[in-house]
Amino acid sequence: MWELRHRGGGGPGPGGEAASPPREGEAAGGDHETESTSDKETDIDDRYGDLDSRTDSDIPEIPPSLDRTPEILKKALSGLSSRWKNWWIRGILTLTMISLFFLIIYMGSFMLMLLVLSIQVKCFHEIITIGYRVYHSYDLPWFRTLSWYFLLCVNYFFYGETVADYFATFVQREEQLQFLIRYHRFISFALYLAGFCMFVLSLVKKHYRLQFYMFAWTHVTLLITVTQSHLVIQNLFEGMIWFLVPISSVICNDITAYIFGFFFGRTPLIKLSPKKTWEGFIGGFFSTVIFGFIAAYVLSKYQYFVCPVEYRSDVNSFVTECEPSELFRLQSYSLPPFLKAVLRRETVSMYPFQIHSIALSTFASLIGPFGGFFASGFKRAFKIKDFANTIPGHGGIMDRFDCQYLMATFVHVYITSFIRGPNPSKVLQQLLVLQPEQQLNIYKTLKTHLIEKGILQPTLKV
Amino acid sequence: MTELRQRVAREPEAPPEDKESESEAKVDGETASDSESRVEAVSLPPSADDTPEVLNRALSSLSSRWKNWWVRGILTLAMIAFFFIIIYLGPMVLMMIVMCVQIKCFHEIITIGYNVYHSYDLPWFRTLSWYFLLCVNYFFYGETVTDYFFTLVQREEPLRILSKYHRFISFTLYLTGFCMFVLSLVKKHYRLQFYMFGWTHVTLLIVVTQSHLVIHNLFEGMIWFIVPISCVICNDIMAYMFGFFFGRTPLIKLSPKKTWEGFIGGFFATVVFGLLLSYVMSGYRCFVCPVEYNNDTNSFTVDCEPSGLFRLQEYNIPGVIQSIIGWKTVRMYPFQIHSIALSTFASLIGPFGGFFASGFKRAFKIKDFANTIPGHGGIMDRFDCQYLMATFVNVYIASFIRGPNPSKLVQQFLTLRPDQQLHIFNTLKSHLTDKGMLTAATEDK
Repeated sequence: MWELRHRGGGGPGPGGEAASPPREGEAAGGDHETESTSDKETDIDDRYGDLDSRTDSDIPEIPPSLDRTPEILKKALSGLSSRWKNWWIRGILTLTMISLFFLIIYMGSFMLMLLVLSIQVKCFHEIITIGYRVYHSYDLPWFRTLSWYFLLCVNYFFYGETVADYFATFVQREEQLQFLIRYHRFISFALYLAGFCMFVLSLVKKHYRLQFYMFAWTHVTLLITVTQSHLVIQNLFEGMIWFLVPISSVICNDITAYIFGFFFGRTPLIKLSPKKTWEGFIGGFFSTVIFGFIAAYVLSKYQYFVCPVEYRSDVNSFVTECEPSELFRLQSYSLPPFLKAVLRRETVSMYPFQIHSIALSTFASLIGPFGGFFASGFKRAFKIKDFANTIPGHGGIMDRFDCQYLMATFVHVYITSFIRGPNPSKVLQQLLVLQPEQQLNIYKTLKTHLIEKGILQPTLKV
Repeated sequence: MTELRQRVAREPEAPPEDKESESEAKVDGETASDSESRVEAVSLPPSADDTPEVLNRALSSLSSRWKNWWVRGILTLAMIAFFFIIIYLGPMVLMMIVMCVQIKCFHEIITIGYNVYHSYDLPWFRTLSWYFLLCVNYFFYGETVTDYFFTLVQREEPLRILSKYHRFISFTLYLTGFCMFVLSLVKKHYRLQFYMFGWTHVTLLIVVTQSHLVIHNLFEGMIWFIVPISCVICNDIMAYMFGFFFGRTPLIKLSPKKTWEGFIGGFFATVVFGLLLSYVMSGYRCFVCPVEYNNDTNSFTVDCEPSGLFRLQEYNIPGVIQSIIGWKTVRMYPFQIHSIALSTFASLIGPFGGFFASGFKRAFKIKDFANTIPGHGGIMDRFDCQYLMATFVNVYIASFIRGPNPSKLVQQFLTLRPDQQLHIFNTLKSHLTDKGMLTAATEDK
């Protein structure tokens, strides 16, 4: 038991070392009391499990991680005072991230998918690492392997469900892939079960509670990060604009709320984040709506952003070419009377998508910040300043993406409820999996329906 | 913080058993004032005995050990009889029972969480947990109702709107709960609140999704509900009996009472039981037919032409068994072969659900999940092996028995845009033509 703590103290994470001395001091007092319990095996679980029932103030802080600012920046800014230096680092990194974003958009949807995947893996890693540090469970048998294994299983399941739909034509050709698709759920379930059984077999006598905590921690993290990232990819396939406008709205809201708060901020917004103010919140709201409106107008012109991403088997790559749908065709709207007086115009031509962008921006400004408050509360609960130290001046990847949590789900739900019904590629894929007789029946039903609706001409010969 | 713990110690509803576990968990790092309440808690009497008075009097003469046996035995028979009655009453009642079991399991696990974290008095938290349960149930029931009651839903205007924007409405409800959680974060209790939030979500993931998969299986045909559950129950009982009579080699350190002899004996007994049970049940339409909602009579009907799975077929017995039994062929239902797969899963992997629950109980130092059923513990104790079974049956049906639901596909098709419909229609047409199913002759029919 002492060994475990010493090993945890000498563990690879830089944050682990400073954490152990305060814990050892407290635990020394507790040790005498544990001797009195008859069940020695409860020692470790009690000690770490007791974290649960203490108030937050009893928990020692995990010290900040190393400073990862590159040497170049440090030399360039060595002349400035510390406060301005911090500002400059943040500013430079912000611009770097935004340019990286633009670069990847230019490189295409496939690169974007890879980017989303790597962000997801990094976020998962950050949150799991926090869990390890909180529970000093770095040396639990099997646990690191199992966490990554579960991440792999869930990703395999989701990729098979979503992405495979888009490759229906490609998949039809290959025999092995067809087998994998047909029994996809069964294979994913079997993989997950193997992980579950390994977890049960790996339960070690003195560490039950810790292991259950890490199991639950892993699952909640998977729920948050992996499902969100797959919804992002599904939005992406709907059209890159559905990926770009929400994400930029959230980023814009962050930046403009900060700027408004800096210049006009007076009334605090919520106790969780003392730096946020009502002025910043409301100013950010209005600027984000305007920004979303303009960004939607600019992006709706280009087929590259507007068309659903398709995989063409002949060129073996993703293409975004299509006839833009109605959402992305200019229409004339008659202005309501009070706006008519202000703008002195009768009608205005805009894209219908811009109206949807107002809804997206409103969500990004009003509800998105709750994701940020959730992350702030989480950081306070576990006494960490940042999720990690990946980006100098900003913290970890999770720090940048905390407001995006709910946005991806909202956009996905919005698309399925208001823009289109079920995913057509999925319907097609499921049709192709049916028995031939069922397919024929459905074919006849569909044909009757289409002829009734006038979409299909009855005299059309094969 | 001491206030919080003392309030919990005086809480009349919390079962005394859990207080003992609390006191053990509180041992470390306590101040002098805390140790007083701890001493009080330790000296509390054992939990209230829920056994009905009737049983107590009837068995008062027997010794304590036999009395425990008899109580368990009587309750087991009572539960099995109850199960049969519910099956007789039909699918609607069965659905409601599944719903009640789910709510009770959720309540049991959440109560354990409260006791572990002493969070009974956290602001809002009880409300929020039940609210999230409601949201997730609303979401799942809406999806089920939309699938199976399509015509009913299309008729009624309010239902149609609810169904069309169902995902949006569910998401809004969930978001409200999420925002309430964020607003309810209180300065000194952040960690506790996050723990309870995580605990609630993991519980929802386990309990609610499983129960909805059970209901999906039920709609496929009551036999898909009854055979898996009975196999798990049979495996429990058979493994116990084999272990009792022949048990020698311990199986796993987590549950010292389980033995390899019980495990293997239970496996074979369950497979045989599954074969027999499916043979008996496949003969009756009410078990075999998918549950459908009849628009005219406004009720559930189970009437259909049994599918190929439930029609007797001749199978050639492999040479090995032929010499033993002396028959050349045997008539069985194809479903019985599937039942072998189901029973195998129930006996080999089902117990892992039980080990998981045992590990959970040891981790949080509780003897039983609750004290609902005398002699057996809580509802969760009875259903712990069923965790994985419902998911397995659902995945099994989706992968091997039927593909996607054709009528559901047609419904989805009808909601698409015309250009998408045309695109799919043309792709289907070319696919069928390639396969040779569609020629110019059949086209004109």
